[in-house]
Amino acid sequence: MLTKKLTLVLATALLMAGCGSSIKLDNVPVEDRSGTKADQNAGQAIGDTTAKSTVVPVELNKSQQGNSLPVSSRLVYFDYESFVIKAESQALIESNARLIKADKNRKVVIEGHTDERGGREYNLALGQKRAEAVRRALGLLGVPDHQLEAVSFGKEKPAASGSDEASMAKNRRAEISYR
Amino acid sequence: MMKRYFFCLMSVLACLPTWAQFRVEVSGVGLTQLPIAIASFRSEDGSPQKISQIVQADLERSGQFRLIDTAGAAFDENSRPDMSPWRQKNADSLVTGSINRLADGRYDVRFRLWDVVRGQDIGRDGYVVVTGDLRLAAHRIADFIYEKLTGDRGVFSTRIAYVTKAAQRFDLWVADADGENAQSALTSPEPIISPAWSPDGSHLAYVSFESRKPVVYVHTVATGKRRLVANFRGSNSAPAWSSDGRTLAVTLSRDGGSQLFNLDVSGGEPRRLTQSSSIDTEPVYSPDGKSIYFVSDRGGSPQIYRLPASGGAVERVTFTGTYNISPALSQDGRWLAYISRVNGAFKLHVMSLSTGLASAVTESNADESPSFSPNSRLIMYATKQQDKEALMTTTLDGKIKARLAGKSGDIREPDWSPFQKQTN
Repeated sequence: MLTKKLTLVLATALLMAGCGSSIKLDNVPVEDRSGTKADQNAGQAIGDTTAKSTVVPVELNKSQQGNSLPVSSRLVYFDYESFVIKAESQALIESNARLIKADKNRKVVIEGHTDERGGREYNLALGQKRAEAVRRALGLLGVPDHQLEAVSFGKEKPAASGSDEASMAKNRRAEISYR
Repeated sequence: MMKRYFFCLMSVLACLPTWAQFRVEVSGVGLTQLPIAIASFRSEDGSPQKISQIVQADLERSGQFRLIDTAGAAFDENSRPDMSPWRQKNADSLVTGSINRLADGRYDVRFRLWDVVRGQDIGRDGYVVVTGDLRLAAHRIADFIYEKLTGDRGVFSTRIAYVTKAAQRFDLWVADADGENAQSALTSPEPIISPAWSPDGSHLAYVSFESRKPVVYVHTVATGKRRLVANFRGSNSAPAWSSDGRTLAVTLSRDGGSQLFNLDVSGGEPRRLTQSSSIDTEPVYSPDGKSIYFVSDRGGSPQIYRLPASGGAVERVTFTGTYNISPALSQDGRWLAYISRVNGAFKLHVMSLSTGLASAVTESNADESPSFSPNSRLIMYATKQQDKEALMTTTLDGKIKARLAGKSGDIREPDWSPFQKQTN
């Protein structure tokens, strides 16, 4: 009985520690870029009795999400180390261009991604190249530049977790993300 | 049922940082290591930290010392030990000491270093610290011994920053240079990459994806106060401090393409450093502040280049291979560490800047993010072992490696702090 209770308590502690909880979309807290704890601790004096090596932790909230089209209609795939848009992606880019042009207030962020091979910062730059290739393609189809922002996640947010070629091909992508 | 209880307990404990510790692997022959005996400090059994063990582990990890067994030795800093048994054990040096709890709760840690061969006292010192700084006191003792015996400044009292990923939780940690005493500086549901210590060791610059794009923050470690320093249109990444701590070199894509900029840490308009249609990223200041090394694919494949710190003519640095990234420079200005792709494997390389000669120093194949210890003797880097991310240190010749063991989740993006100010 005691162990059962302990299990529950520890399982709860696990969830609170954030080791694997999903957050529902309608339950998303407001983004707070400053971090909740930062303000409380701003200007706090370091007294003689405080360890010099103290680190005050900051915990961030989950950021906002929001999209209209299904993700499969918003993904452009790339070859290894390439940022050239393949002919097969043209129709998808055209349908997104129509949608964005139809709503002048619509802001769209193109998020570039890479597979896991190589350095994090270089992959960030490669993902940026991919995002900008899609941004230029949308621009050529008449989408005003001020509606578009190209950013990169590098290899930080893989769509598939495997290290096989099929998984890595899924990760070399640019996602057209409606905000 | 007990099994489940233990499983959950293990999982919770796995979220805690206290198990982290570097394990030393020695490879190669012809090593010159100084034999040293470090006796148990008097009264350390009753103290929260075993000072002598921390000192032993520090010196061993440096690769420059060989530990001599001290079982049964009972000394303190005032003892005048008979040197003959230590000579018989081939020890060159002997360390003795004590730890005493004071009336105000602090600890008085004292030690003495003996030259066994000459039978001479070669130095003694002591620190009065709060419980939370006992490990710091032990690391300073190791620094003292290291400097007396090698002539170089020790790095054991410095700190490291690194990032862990467990499920969808990212933590930026600050730990002692031995990986112990890790404290979370930042927890986020979104990735954190590229932490970089300020030259005074008080701030970390890093890239956070918390606003669903990469932006650069400067974070005061002791207070948790954060400042958004680069949040321009597009991606903001790869922060690198100038040696005076006033300027950050960053990669911005605000004008289209990833290009290098200098940014005053206090704010203001970024100054563009490179003008190319290629990728230019991963800037790092040379220790003399005169140049910036960076990665560019302007020649068709990513290579390391350098340019004057305020902009100007670009010069290529790496010529071998088709993928050379993540430059790091030693504080003595002699060495360049970087990651090179060799037959599909990503390996840590070290180049002598005076000769331009470089060689791989690891057997692993997914090395990332090298950074030098502030005394230019060791390199810390991230790698994969049995498909798990790990942090390693290596000597510059690759002969002595140590692995940070026991940390849960994926562990990556290490950065070694500069020397800490000695205000004690």
